[in-house]
Amino acid sequence: MEQRQTDEGCGRPVFVVDGSRTPFLKVRGRPGPFKAADLAVYAGRSLLARQPFAAPQLDEVILGCVMPGPDEANIARIAALRLGCGDRVPAMTVQRNCASGLQALDTAARNIAYGHSDLVLSGGVEAMSHAPILLGTAMVNWMASWRSARSFGDRLKVLSALRPAYLTPVIALLRGLTDPVVGLSMGQTAEVLAHRFGITREMMDGFAMRSHQRLAAGHDNGHLAEIQPVYDSAGHYYDHDTGLRADTSMEQLSGLKPVFDKPYGNVTAGNSAQVTDGAAWLVLASEDAVNRYELPVMGRIVDTHWAGLDPAQMGLGPVYAMAPLLARNGLNTGDIDFWEINEAFAAQVLACLSAWQDDDFCQKQLDLESAFSPIDEARLNVDGGGISIGHPVGASGARIALHLLQVLQREKAGRGVASLCIGGGQGGAMLIERE
Amino acid sequence: MEMTPELKHLRIESDADNIAWLHIDRAESATNVLTHEVLDELDRAFRELENQPPRGLVILSDKANGFVAGADIREFSRVADFDGALEIIHKGQSVFTRLAELPFPSVALIHGFCLGGGLEMSLACRYRVARDDPGTRLGLPEVRLGIHPGFGGSVRLSRLLGGLKAMELMLSGRSVDGRQAKRIGLVDATAPERHLRATGRALVLGSPSPSRPGRMAALSNHGLLRPALAGILRKQVAARASEKHYPAPYALIDVWKDNAGDPGRMMEAEARSVAKLVTGSTAQNLVRVFLLQERLKMLGRDTGFQPRCVHVVGAGVMGGDIAAWCAVQGMQVSLQDQSPERIAPAIKRAHALFKRRLKKPRLMQQAMDRLFPDHQGLGVSRADVVIESIFEDGDAKRELYRELEPRMKTDAVLATNTSSIPLEELAVSLSRPERLVGLHFFNPVAKMQLIEVVRGASSGEETVARAMSFARKIDRLPLPVTSTPGFLVNRILMPYLMEAVVLESEGVAPAAIDKAATDFGMPMGPIELADTVGLDICLHVAEILAGHFQTTVPDKLRRMVADGHLGRKSGQGFYRYKKGKPVRQGASTRTEGMEEISDRLVLRLLNESVACLREQVVEDADMLDAGMIFGTGFAPFRGGPMHYIHDSGEKSFREKLRRQQKAHGDRFAEDPGWGTATT
Repeated sequence: MEQRQTDEGCGRPVFVVDGSRTPFLKVRGRPGPFKAADLAVYAGRSLLARQPFAAPQLDEVILGCVMPGPDEANIARIAALRLGCGDRVPAMTVQRNCASGLQALDTAARNIAYGHSDLVLSGGVEAMSHAPILLGTAMVNWMASWRSARSFGDRLKVLSALRPAYLTPVIALLRGLTDPVVGLSMGQTAEVLAHRFGITREMMDGFAMRSHQRLAAGHDNGHLAEIQPVYDSAGHYYDHDTGLRADTSMEQLSGLKPVFDKPYGNVTAGNSAQVTDGAAWLVLASEDAVNRYELPVMGRIVDTHWAGLDPAQMGLGPVYAMAPLLARNGLNTGDIDFWEINEAFAAQVLACLSAWQDDDFCQKQLDLESAFSPIDEARLNVDGGGISIGHPVGASGARIALHLLQVLQREKAGRGVASLCIGGGQGGAMLIERE
Repeated sequence: MEMTPELKHLRIESDADNIAWLHIDRAESATNVLTHEVLDELDRAFRELENQPPRGLVILSDKANGFVAGADIREFSRVADFDGALEIIHKGQSVFTRLAELPFPSVALIHGFCLGGGLEMSLACRYRVARDDPGTRLGLPEVRLGIHPGFGGSVRLSRLLGGLKAMELMLSGRSVDGRQAKRIGLVDATAPERHLRATGRALVLGSPSPSRPGRMAALSNHGLLRPALAGILRKQVAARASEKHYPAPYALIDVWKDNAGDPGRMMEAEARSVAKLVTGSTAQNLVRVFLLQERLKMLGRDTGFQPRCVHVVGAGVMGGDIAAWCAVQGMQVSLQDQSPERIAPAIKRAHALFKRRLKKPRLMQQAMDRLFPDHQGLGVSRADVVIESIFEDGDAKRELYRELEPRMKTDAVLATNTSSIPLEELAVSLSRPERLVGLHFFNPVAKMQLIEVVRGASSGEETVARAMSFARKIDRLPLPVTSTPGFLVNRILMPYLMEAVVLESEGVAPAAIDKAATDFGMPMGPIELADTVGLDICLHVAEILAGHFQTTVPDKLRRMVADGHLGRKSGQGFYRYKKGKPVRQGASTRTEGMEEISDRLVLRLLNESVACLREQVVEDADMLDAGMIFGTGFAPFRGGPMHYIHDSGEKSFREKLRRQQKAHGDRFAEDPGWGTATT
């Protein structure tokens, strides 16, 4: 495969100097205590408070978010202002579905590489519990008729045309998790991959259980220091991911019913990412900024790759993105010390691992001569993933990049890849290095 | 075009529509106040407009802080007698009557403060427009100074809003913003700054019929209904203040009840009533309190210190509430404690405070964003003021200061909220002890206006000045005190509380003790106050003071604390508490012996006040009075403990002390300061 220029090749190095996130809060059927902007403020406040520079010295703020609330248009700007960045720091919100948080980092990194910015606050946020409930088109049309009806007779006529079905709400969250082109729900795309790669229910549940066990161990061992507590107005505080079920077992997981392909499917709530609220921020800096403020360097964003694929098999996105990323940088599986592949579905991650080492797949789909050597699962999602932590869609990309940096630092390792599958049929992958 | 160049405080311009724009811009002052000079000029201006009538008149202020803040209180406090007062009032009334009778439309364009005489002037205009922002405040706060509106305000307001609504506004003395003013009919329109003048012009040109009260509201002025309504109003007022101590609201109700049918007669009754009130002792003392407040404010005047960030260590009741208060006042606040668990309850209380005070969700969110729960103490390095409010343990505090100091900005102030530990003992752990000062807040923080600014022997002048300036920036009143045990307020309060405990253990019903104190004019009786503060805290402070001043702490108090009866918070103190309210027993109707109870309580308070003045805990008697009024609510109409001694003659108190000493022992021994301290 041809060697393309990397970000590093065409621009200045991009450093990650710090980062933090909120605990990810499991959605329990009603709007959670925090709106998306609140979460972004909580994640960013302590992060900025510990920096040697002041918030207004940032060059820009870039935040990924799939579905901000109705009063959160350009949520990045709202977060920037509420975090005290001041009027003069511009901000933009980016959206690439499940990888919006990673997109924010990539955009920030490019602006630094090109010399447009020196210091950027960048991350992702999602308050899935606050996803709006909308009126259907029929109801909106009816309301327009009502507004234009002037006489009593007209109004009576319009009133008689109102049908109970018009009142059926449109759940934006469910619409968002359904592919608008091929019509499959995200869970169904995971079922498609399970079928294609022969991934059994037991394999999925085993993967899910391990995700919880790893997260539990991570919390116990203090490996999630990036979490900053959040406080609600009722006197509660949250300092760990609330979706964790440390005591989950194969018995419990195997008892769950499929939610997407009833009755014979294998993808359950237990082996899928949890619907959660959360936010994560990283501070990205150029070498100039690192020197000017004497910032500690966690690592370097080396390169990012985005790929497209069949929306019905969107879960394989990481494979499509990671392969060219490694090739471009002259790397192989063994050169990567740790991996973070977002756990949208256990079946989907397992499918990626299968495809990665499948000669036929790699030759036909990725134009490679042969498959990659397998990814060691002991080096993948070492402190849990979306299944145990949750997957607030816009935030996860920033979370996995941040946690990968933490793992590299902790293990004194040199290189890692963070990757996500993206609803709509895409994949994104980021290569991170530590000196 | 300048019509009257010789005016000093006013400017009149005429525009193309022949509308006269009267700008009020009092010379050599940042605030418009109706001094006699300003009133004279207004009179002249209105006469000229009478002679050469324009199409209409718009009155507006050129001051940034508001329209007109009221009459000149200092002028009022110098009034010699009833006739002198009546003359001033008649003059003001005649100026505004001239305004009201101008044969063309008149509009007041109101922004910022429009209080007292300022609002009375705008009531004499045919129309009023209020700027639509939270800084615009309209009100008639005269009752708070022991008087009531006197420039025709009570007459015009009752006609504008109807008797009941008008009385409610004047009796409470509260102020309203533009939108509320529009809602109750006090103004004809609200407009943002960008449309303020256009709105005034439109009212002149369109000349709509002036605002009137609704039919029901107007009915409340009816002669047949007034006596009954007045009875209800009197009852409501009586629940807040007694007629003996605070005659003004009762006088206002009478003026309205007896005269509302006849504006001319009501005008005269209003004038005579205010003239009588203003020369009475309540008004004189309340004006004095107002001036004392101004003096405390001046102590904290701007010195160039611009604190923006505050770091509070200790998220207990005091620390948490201090942090929340600072956030309400616009500071960036970080609140530190050992764990998130300890901070969370403070965030809940803060949110409740924001809801109560700020009301609007957007403002509440901004305040929440300014309050950073900071269990790692990250805010220290940015803070301009660091306030320590951890438990009362010298070692713990010194240890904390050792950690804080190297991380603080070099010019940041370190303040302790200690109520009992001398600053010199705490400052030893600092490499720069001069930066330590005491900021002693009172509970509840959001309600108590006073902060004792404690100056230790090691505190630097600059630090003390900054601390006082900071107190003003968070809208509190700074009172400089020396670092002696109990400082001023707790020290004076404690003998009074302890005497109440002694009385109770002698068998006097708590309700009777409290009634004696409230009859004297205290806002809350000593027994209920002790229960509210918490008996454990009272005991702690009392023991520290007893150690220093060789006094005794009543055994009863120790026993109650040992039994876990801590007051309101434990549901049982001297009173039993039901849903946070004390259950009072023991016939508060008792009258015999009440004076004796009151004497014993007050004498101990006065005796300790004299001691504090002798030791120069505060600079002078006025400062002592200010501290006790704003720190404890000491009967404001008596003007403060020292003023009370002065007014009643100290001889009688000394005699009473000697009598009590004979009957009850040396705790009533005269302080050596009597005779010198009070003169």
